[in-house]
Amino acid sequence: MNLDSKIPSGPLAQKWDKHKFDLKLVNPANKRKFDVIVVGSGLAGASAAATMAELGYQVKCFCFQDSPRRAHSIAAQGGINAAKSYQNDGDSVYRLFYDTIKGGDFRAREANVYRLAQVSVNIIDQCVAQGVPFAREYGGLLSNRSFGGAQVSRTFYARGQTGQQLLLGAYQALSRQIGLGAVKMFPRTEMVDLVVVDGAAKGIVVRDLVTGELSTHAADAVVLATGGYGNVFFLSTNAKGCNVTATWRAYKKGAVFANPCYTQIHPTCIPVSGDHQSKLTLMSESLRNDGRVWVPKQKGDTRKPDQVPEAERDYFLERKYPSFGNLAPRDIASRAAKEVCDEGRGVGPGGLGVYLDFADAIKRLSEETVRERYGNLFDMYEKITGENAYRAPMRIYPAVHYTMGGTWVDYNLMSSLPGLFVIGEANFSDHGANRLGASALMQGLADGYFILPYTIGNYFATSKTAKVKADHPEFKKALESSQALAKRLLSINGKRTVTSFHRELGKIMWEKCGMARTKQSLTEALTLIPALRAEFWKNVKVTGENNSLNQDLEAAGRVADFLEFGELLCRDALTREESCGGHFRVEHQYPDGEAKRDDEHFAFVSAWEYQGPDKPPILNKEPLVYEEVHMSTRSYK
Amino acid sequence: MNLTLRVWRQKSPQEPGRIVDYPVTGIIPDMSFLEMLDVVNEGLIAKGEEPIAFDSDCREGICGTCSIVINGRAHGGQKGTTACQLHMRHFQDGQTITVEPWRAKAFPVLRDLVTDRGAFDRIIQAGGFVSVNTGGTPDANCLPIGKAESDLAMDAAACIGCGACVAACKNASAMLFVSAKVSHLSLLPQGEVEKDQRVMSMVTQMDKEGFGNCTVTGSCEAVCPKEISLDFIARLNREYGVSLLKGVQA
Repeated sequence: MNLDSKIPSGPLAQKWDKHKFDLKLVNPANKRKFDVIVVGSGLAGASAAATMAELGYQVKCFCFQDSPRRAHSIAAQGGINAAKSYQNDGDSVYRLFYDTIKGGDFRAREANVYRLAQVSVNIIDQCVAQGVPFAREYGGLLSNRSFGGAQVSRTFYARGQTGQQLLLGAYQALSRQIGLGAVKMFPRTEMVDLVVVDGAAKGIVVRDLVTGELSTHAADAVVLATGGYGNVFFLSTNAKGCNVTATWRAYKKGAVFANPCYTQIHPTCIPVSGDHQSKLTLMSESLRNDGRVWVPKQKGDTRKPDQVPEAERDYFLERKYPSFGNLAPRDIASRAAKEVCDEGRGVGPGGLGVYLDFADAIKRLSEETVRERYGNLFDMYEKITGENAYRAPMRIYPAVHYTMGGTWVDYNLMSSLPGLFVIGEANFSDHGANRLGASALMQGLADGYFILPYTIGNYFATSKTAKVKADHPEFKKALESSQALAKRLLSINGKRTVTSFHRELGKIMWEKCGMARTKQSLTEALTLIPALRAEFWKNVKVTGENNSLNQDLEAAGRVADFLEFGELLCRDALTREESCGGHFRVEHQYPDGEAKRDDEHFAFVSAWEYQGPDKPPILNKEPLVYEEVHMSTRSYK
Repeated sequence: MNLTLRVWRQKSPQEPGRIVDYPVTGIIPDMSFLEMLDVVNEGLIAKGEEPIAFDSDCREGICGTCSIVINGRAHGGQKGTTACQLHMRHFQDGQTITVEPWRAKAFPVLRDLVTDRGAFDRIIQAGGFVSVNTGGTPDANCLPIGKAESDLAMDAAACIGCGACVAACKNASAMLFVSAKVSHLSLLPQGEVEKDQRVMSMVTQMDKEGFGNCTVTGSCEAVCPKEISLDFIARLNREYGVSLLKGVQA
């Protein structure tokens, strides 16, 4: 397959402006002739659906939640980056671009990341105009905080609920268009297949989660904004409903999947407490602004944290990375935590935890100030663990949080299937091998408000494909195969529950393909996963019927896809014989334990192409060409 | 821990529901309430019975999806806590726990503990926004906003739209939810421009959806997982009055 990234020519700083001028436009009166389907209503989906409706397109938006306001973007805590440089601390579009490229360990596309940094400033303006109540200083101007991987303060926030407030802004913009009749919204409706006609995406098959009814919808373009695949690990900070189904089924219809092995393990999550656990909870990275991460210097030190004298504590991030300290990027901080726990210096049950200590911050700033900054996070910690973090340090441990990989898209955010656009976490384009904190919200809104609405018009203006209606035979075919799938899942009537398969898959993924991956562990995973999948199709028990609200059946469909997707993730990790960002291959490290990249052989995007159920996928490579920046070895020391 | 659960089971909106008792064993105090329900469901599936349908998603208290009444209290009655963040350590071994869906005419039961809260979305669609399109907005810092007003707007904006306020209210009133959005937007200069129209449109839609009236008993505030203040209802009433006197039409 020829993967054309369609990166515009010319100097980096002018590419997007030049490209916007080169894009063909659709006349305002003609826009209403084009139908667009948006799947997902998070930051990317809601902002895209609202903006395209404002422009005049006919939009249908689908989400599996009971309301578009509940998409998982809502759970983002810390903030959103923007190169506003309000703090007079030397920030600029170029610096945000550079930090993001470097944070991604030089595995992202230069032109995409530069554009992201450029439009970041518009996002803040847009959100403020919508009434997003960002934190402010006494003088009435916007406040900023620092985040990992940056030495400037460029993160805008709304207490510990930034994602919620940004999503409500986008949801309200979307609601306005729904009220005006410009968007038709389908809540509690899950996409189960993509319909491709003559090589172009022309619609979807959906299941009404209340009645179980399957139906088809035709359009001139389909936009997937369906989030990441972190739940392949079962335990992650994702919401219970997050899944890979939409992008996976698109993959099986021809949309190549890029860099699935780039998964982000977030350093500051509440440690696992037992086998009953259904998900993990993140403690915002912003806590590392004031919290200090440490473990005892002695192995197996079981003293209470306040009994360990200062001299016997190892503030390992400050020691190893003096210039970034506790604000080292996520992949680096996670690995450092794993390292000290592997040495037997971890704290709490099972030794799988490190302290995040606020004693110094409380002394320096007062408990009141700490409460004002992070009160809701401390409350959440107390609810889950029953411990008061104002008195004793928090215990934290890394957990799966975000996935940088996703459907391959070109500069226009279009996948390898014409007419299929993929935005937000669901695509792969901007974060390389590691995403910096407060950049996910930025990317979701950049794609939805300021990039896709322009680039999709060019597709409409130049596409030669014919308009298709939902009575086309391809729709009937897709509908029938979706019906058959549901029927098959319900008819197995085996002995194991869907959750037990999901848990087992998650365990394989975490142990064999988690924070440290080896050739051996990945090879093992590639035997274990197909075996588990085979057992699933023989022995899963799915209760209830197809024609009613059936959460067991919903879960079964999603887990069936994870069981296929997990294999691709491990295959990608095995193929990438280097360490970069969130992908750490034990065989490839420097003597001091830092990730060893191999730019000579691996400076490319891995784009996997589906070949059928029984054939291995083909690996396509999109070379990463850096015109502006030098691919240096990442150092936060 | 061992418990007896009394759970509302209802197959569809059309069929009548009933309370069914389930003995539950081996619950760990560190489990969340929803994880306890997961355990019950795993047991039911293993026996070939249909699991208890309940809504949940983020399980960290922010998405507003979970919506169950526990022992007569929306979200279980723990201050400032959603059901997904309520942990079993707050219950006693041997306790009998009754679990029901939100009860309100405007929130019909779809199945078991799952209700349709689309009415809330329609209220927002009627006016719960600032009418700005994407692009062409002024610089974010061109309009200073006092920290106090901004913080108060954020207090109101913290609403997660779960509907506990409606479930707790004897009249199934949605006033706390509506007042939170009305207050959030009218407290900020960006939203103030449309405040008369907004309050009229939202309240009219609220009435159309079949929510009851407010008699200021404060039960909504008591169960609100985000502790949205009753003061916002006073603000809503004032704004509604002003809008009415100005003769604004919905």
